[in-house]
Amino acid sequence: MSDFETVAATENQAARRGVSGEPGTPAAAQKPRSLAGDAWRDLRRNPIFWISLTLVVLVAAMAAVPSLFTANDPRDCVLSRQHAGPSGGAVFGYDFQGCDTYARAVYGARASLLVGALSALLTGAIALVVGMLAGYFGRWIDAVLSRVIDIVLGIPLLLAAIVLLKRVSTSSDNVRLFAVIFVLAVLGWTTAARVVRSSVITAKEQDYVAAARMLGAGNGRIMWRHILPNALAPAIVVLTIALGSFIAAEATLSFLGIGLKAPTISWGIDIDAGRVHMRESATPLVVPSAFLALTVLAFIMLGDAIRDAFDPKLR
Amino acid sequence: MFRFILRRLLQMVLAFFGTTLIVYALMFAGQGDPIQALAGERPVTAAQRAYLTEKYHLDATGVGGFFYRYFDYLKNLLRGDLGQSLTGRQIGDILAAAWPVTVKLALIAMAVTVVFGVTAGVIAGIRRAGVFDNSTLVLTLLVLGIPTIVLAPLAQYFLGVKWQLFPPTAGAEPDLYALLLPGIVLGSLSLATALRLTRTSVAENLRADYVRTARSKGLVKRRIVSVHVLRNSLIPVVTFLGVELGNLMSGAIITEGVFNIPGVGFNLFRGIRTEDGPLVVGIVSVLVVVYLVSNLVVDVLYAVLDPRIRYE
Repeated sequence: MSDFETVAATENQAARRGVSGEPGTPAAAQKPRSLAGDAWRDLRRNPIFWISLTLVVLVAAMAAVPSLFTANDPRDCVLSRQHAGPSGGAVFGYDFQGCDTYARAVYGARASLLVGALSALLTGAIALVVGMLAGYFGRWIDAVLSRVIDIVLGIPLLLAAIVLLKRVSTSSDNVRLFAVIFVLAVLGWTTAARVVRSSVITAKEQDYVAAARMLGAGNGRIMWRHILPNALAPAIVVLTIALGSFIAAEATLSFLGIGLKAPTISWGIDIDAGRVHMRESATPLVVPSAFLALTVLAFIMLGDAIRDAFDPKLR
Repeated sequence: MFRFILRRLLQMVLAFFGTTLIVYALMFAGQGDPIQALAGERPVTAAQRAYLTEKYHLDATGVGGFFYRYFDYLKNLLRGDLGQSLTGRQIGDILAAAWPVTVKLALIAMAVTVVFGVTAGVIAGIRRAGVFDNSTLVLTLLVLGIPTIVLAPLAQYFLGVKWQLFPPTAGAEPDLYALLLPGIVLGSLSLATALRLTRTSVAENLRADYVRTARSKGLVKRRIVSVHVLRNSLIPVVTFLGVELGNLMSGAIITEGVFNIPGVGFNLFRGIRTEDGPLVVGIVSVLVVVYLVSNLVVDVLYAVLDPRIRYE
């Protein structure tokens, strides 16, 4: 990844120089930069970062205001239009039930992003608490929490989610949505917790922590004001990538028929429905597939790019 | 070494009890009246009720009763007695028929991973930052980012239905050719990961001191790569492949469901669709055990291959 970026970045820079005809600004290079500043400088030149960021913003806008992207109602389904070609705003035609394929894909962004973002937030909260406690206090607390992490990490995510979600018998949309979020978070927090734990262990050995302790700061203050800000950056990177995989997991569960259920509009449900009738018409399968794949890719590439920028060692 | 295996074994036992307890608690405990649930809408006579209560130890209540029945479930699980699915077939029989197919599929996926992933990874690692390296990196990122529920139906549509290169579904007695496309789809994810892992490992080892020594001795490049670098680079790859074999066997739910392959994942897929609770729990319990055992075997194997691991 990183090599591609550097090559692309230099090319990009060379091209820009060629256009503007002026050399780079040497004055900026002399000033010592912070880690974040350094990372931002790297990111700014990375085309992959900009592409994935654009995609993420686009999907977020789709989730927030879907009517901006399509004038059609995704639930306005008429069987007489079954598998009809493109017409009147329905760019990709109609699916088996006679619903607008494109409108359904646009409206599907909301459920996916909601599940992805909220599970990532919940995951982050659990991971921060567990990782902080284990890393900061060490000793038996660390031993117990680390074993818990080992056990949860040993549980295959999809299988456990299937068992957990089978217990949710309600068909209420919102309850199912939160059940999926909760299940993904409960099973998915371990990687982030390990990352937080190791960065807390590094941070607590630093001089500024000793200085704060000597000034009389309590455990709570040290954890909140001094260690947390330093443990946050790696956690955010892990969570960005996790957000992408949570979206994929939600779609997979909905595809299997145990995640979200109709009338909630979800890409996973639509992919499953399109799959059954792919011999008659492939667009109802291809369109939500493309939306899902691009969204997941965007988050994974974004996280990847940020991690490369923050951690040049990995190159 | 012995201490390492012992500790790892204890960890696995803990994980085993933890997961099976969760599975059991979620699926069986907390039901209203299991006997009535078994009979559906029909009335249950007092004699039947007494018989079933005795048979499944339902008279023991509270936490003690819960654990009594949990250990009952565990005992049956370890004996291989998984009970009956809602259709009345023995779950053990269903699994016995399904395992060979799943193992075959997993082995095909593994072969694809080793042949393409590891080979391309070695080449990419040697020609770091070259055209080949960069294009494989982009390709693997694409593969890693595309979920199976997108990849499997699209591969089925384009390669199976539209261009007809492969049979679109496998059917009851799948031959090797019918399993090839699902195997590639299933293996694509591990292929991408194996490729990246091999690449990093080879690139790292190429910079090692012993390679410089070998080069200054005047050895030809082919010998340096094939004997010195490859041997050292493949340790993490072998571990990964071991873990992945367990993953492939338990992770084939979507692929087997989409391509209609009558393996374990397909039965789980169908069990979920038809709301067949006992079938789902039986299969999941077995798959969790398979997953845990394969992880253990790999960890021990790793410790044998790389002595540094033993003394953490």
